Amino acid sequence: MRLLTHNMLASNIKGVTNGFPLRIEPEKIIEKPVDFNPDFLKNMFSKIDWKALADASKIMGYAELPDEVPEQTVVESDEFLRKFHHALLEVHLEEGALVCPETGRRFPVNKGIPNMLLHEDEV
Amino acid sequence: MKLKQLESLLGNLQQFQNPKIELEQYPTGAHIASRMLYTAENSYDDISGKVVADFGCGCGTLSLAATLLDAEHVIGIDVDDESLEIASVNADELEVELELIQSEIKNLQWRGQIVDTVVMNPPFGTRKKGADMEFLSVALKVASQAVYSLHKTTTREHIKRAALRDYNASSAEVICELRYDLPKLYKFHKKKDVDIAVDLWRFVPKAKQES
Repeated sequence: MRLLTHNMLASNIKGVTNGFPLRIEPEKIIEKPVDFNPDFLKNMFSKIDWKALADASKIMGYAELPDEVPEQTVVESDEFLRKFHHALLEVHLEEGALVCPETGRRFPVNKGIPNMLLHEDEV
Repeated sequence: MKLKQLESLLGNLQQFQNPKIELEQYPTGAHIASRMLYTAENSYDDISGKVVADFGCGCGTLSLAATLLDAEHVIGIDVDDESLEIASVNADELEVELELIQSEIKNLQWRGQIVDTVVMNPPFGTRKKGADMEFLSVALKVASQAVYSLHKTTTREHIKRAALRDYNASSAEVICELRYDLPKLYKFHKKKDVDIAVDLWRFVPKAKQES
């Protein structure tokens, strides 16, 4: 699971009002290189929840992203975009869990696939 | 990539080993899948460089067609772990990146407007009434650009009315009519193969406020 996917997933348990971001419990992290597409990244930047991405990236062992939302001039730079690219698309949570920030319910991640299925009483 | 090449790559994918009738698991044929995604890309520019979600992805045929047409980030969602496992093997086989999530479509919580395009071959709702409409309603909430979906031709008027009136679509058009070749998968199928008419739809969601 890429951090881009993490950035768009929220806890889906009934009654939870603030289910984002899911806390990551990493057990196994892998990296898979993909082609660098600056136009995609610039467009994606405005849609990302920055704090969630920077925090998740740190937990996943990649601490190169700034904590604060970067200025537009920085966002245009190749140096920044390459780091953003790496954190967003190349770092994968292979094994571990996603934890609902409100209830502490764990959603396991096996072979890179988060299991977001709910129990009957959570729907 | 040429249409023929896409169809032939998709034709080699592994499909359901033990299809589950309650989930209406029918493979999306390479013929239909390739035409669906090829049209989305070449006529509407909705795939390459985009974020694409595949609802009820099964063994990943539509998802993988999207990755082969250079979608930047593709997410396949399905409730069934056996299907997801096959989808994952298929992605490895093609050496492409595919994100997979195990979830019911109706229960997944999405943040923001990150998904551009939703592609799906939903359950037609013959076993569980309304399953197709449930998928469509969620797809039109999640996609910011377009939704491509297959529905039985016999339900055309109903689909159009519901999409425009209830599900927030600004347009709903049938791009083409296809023959869906259903192989004899289940015991209750009496004939050897059935051919049913399905519509390939393109829906455009109304522009949304940033959430």
